[in-house]
Amino acid sequence: MNQWIIAPVLLPAVVAGGLMLAGSVVTLRVQRVLGLLATAVLLAIALVLLDQAAGGSQGVYTLGHWRPPFGIALVLDRLSAVMLALTAALALCALVAAVAGGVDAQGRYFHALFQFQLMGLNGAFLTGDLFNLFVFFEVLLIASYCLLLTGSTPARLRAGLHYVVVNLVGSSLFLIAVGLLYAMTGTLNLADLAHKVPLLAAEDRLLVESAALLLLTVFGLKAALFPLLLWLPSAYSAAAAPVAALFAIMTKVGIYSIVRVYVTVFGPAAGEAAPGLGDWVVPAGLITVVWGALGALASRRLGSMAAHLTLMSAGTILSVAALTTGPAVSAALYYLLHSTLATALLFLVCGAVAERRGALGDRLQRAGAAQPVPLGIAFLLSVMLVVGIPPLSGFLGKAMLLQGSAAAPQAVAIWAVLLASSFVALIALARAGMTLFWAVRAAPAPPSRAGEMAAPMLLLAGMLALTVAAEPVKRFMDATAAQLGDVRSYSEAVLNAPGRP
Amino acid sequence: MELLVAIGIGTLTAAGVYLLLRERTFSVLLGLTLLSYAVNLFVFATGRLQVGAAPRIQPGVETYADPLAQALVLTAIVISFAMTAFTVVLAIAARHRLDDDRASPSAEQDDA
Repeated sequence: MNQWIIAPVLLPAVVAGGLMLAGSVVTLRVQRVLGLLATAVLLAIALVLLDQAAGGSQGVYTLGHWRPPFGIALVLDRLSAVMLALTAALALCALVAAVAGGVDAQGRYFHALFQFQLMGLNGAFLTGDLFNLFVFFEVLLIASYCLLLTGSTPARLRAGLHYVVVNLVGSSLFLIAVGLLYAMTGTLNLADLAHKVPLLAAEDRLLVESAALLLLTVFGLKAALFPLLLWLPSAYSAAAAPVAALFAIMTKVGIYSIVRVYVTVFGPAAGEAAPGLGDWVVPAGLITVVWGALGALASRRLGSMAAHLTLMSAGTILSVAALTTGPAVSAALYYLLHSTLATALLFLVCGAVAERRGALGDRLQRAGAAQPVPLGIAFLLSVMLVVGIPPLSGFLGKAMLLQGSAAAPQAVAIWAVLLASSFVALIALARAGMTLFWAVRAAPAPPSRAGEMAAPMLLLAGMLALTVAAEPVKRFMDATAAQLGDVRSYSEAVLNAPGRP
Repeated sequence: MELLVAIGIGTLTAAGVYLLLRERTFSVLLGLTLLSYAVNLFVFATGRLQVGAAPRIQPGVETYADPLAQALVLTAIVISFAMTAFTVVLAIAARHRLDDDRASPSAEQDDA
């Protein structure tokens, strides 16, 4: 059995526990070194796992050596491995930004909470069990509540309260859905569910269908899918910049869960028990995109604009991924990688800009302090990336999305909304850029803080790599989409895993 | 017994949702608590309702209770307990820092 698979969950858990216990004893410097070291090691582990998954077979880790479906299984396939690598890379950038900006000094347990957040994220991407997914969701959520509240300004407290309550209601719905599925099928293992749902008697179908739609509601809430998106802009724009950058992966957890659960359990094989994903999620995703674009246009703060653009990217990915055809999912996955990094970059730039403007913060008002040139270039690049101006990965990603959705019956709507929303985002960001970087006081810009540009540079390097290596990455994503659609081999790999009966 | 449990879960859920929609954080908290009680009962009932069934395999016993549903509900109880505690602390902090215990966004908050 491949022991590496559990490492992305164990390593942050151990480090977080250690930091929690030692948090009041060791100095901030030690915590920083430990946190950065652990995250870098996590990235290395994620890359090793990515290499293993690239071979094309699913790795299954049975906890306690209990054979699925009786025990909990962690499953490493291409999709999980990609998400793990993305999480670790993003986390490293966010942590570098937090250390450079001193955000981690605002809370005694920042580094411990950061590791707990990573543990929850990695667990959610790896697990092959629905209830275990719920538990990891709770782990990542409670860590995210605390990270959001770091520094506890009034705006953060208010946004935090909403965020917590909304997510707690979501958790209740999740449990109801899990309970319904368990009552009907007697199992919560995804691979086993994929077997059992198609075999259900006709009179039980309705209950399973309602469970499926409840799950869609819950994951839609995490992914900020219309109409469950109102919590996101206030929460993300209130959070400290490095925390908001890390949260760029949080909506992707919802997207991942929708894709994973729907394709595996409620795919075409499930027949009538499965409500069609495309009928619901494509229109909802497109409305989310429109909402995000209009919100960005109406924003009076850069942070709020970045949050609305996060909505836009989540809606874009979902509306294309929900087509569930191979090319569409593959394109959506490439765009997911790109947009997570791009949104994180925008949040970091926004934080750096706000820091110089004193009381003005990130409000889009004229006559603020002048900004240094590197920051302006970083902003320009992040605009190009988010909007999708050639030649960077944003353009390639959007082109792939258009290509991937071309064959679908909803193609006209998707094309129109994606192209128009990009244009609207360009207008909003150009206006913000002119206000923040050109309409400034004549005084020379203060010098950059040491290490301020380190995290944005790392993110930019990542997206440059995505641009240059677009072809191999896209080919990997094609293979990922094909593997995701091959539910039979997933089921067989999980259910035939060795272990005690 | 099924009817009784179903009515109980329904009443708890209705009361919970009603309280959740109120403006003050205290009512919202109570609503969350009631909702989590309802959900816990529901998860417990997914293992089917039985009286006097054996929890583990014994010789000469025919009917068994479903232990997995009980394990699930135990986890759910622990998690919802912790979450409630966290929300209480958060609500108290918000009450003191903002001098306001309403859950709705105030007018002067410029979030746009």
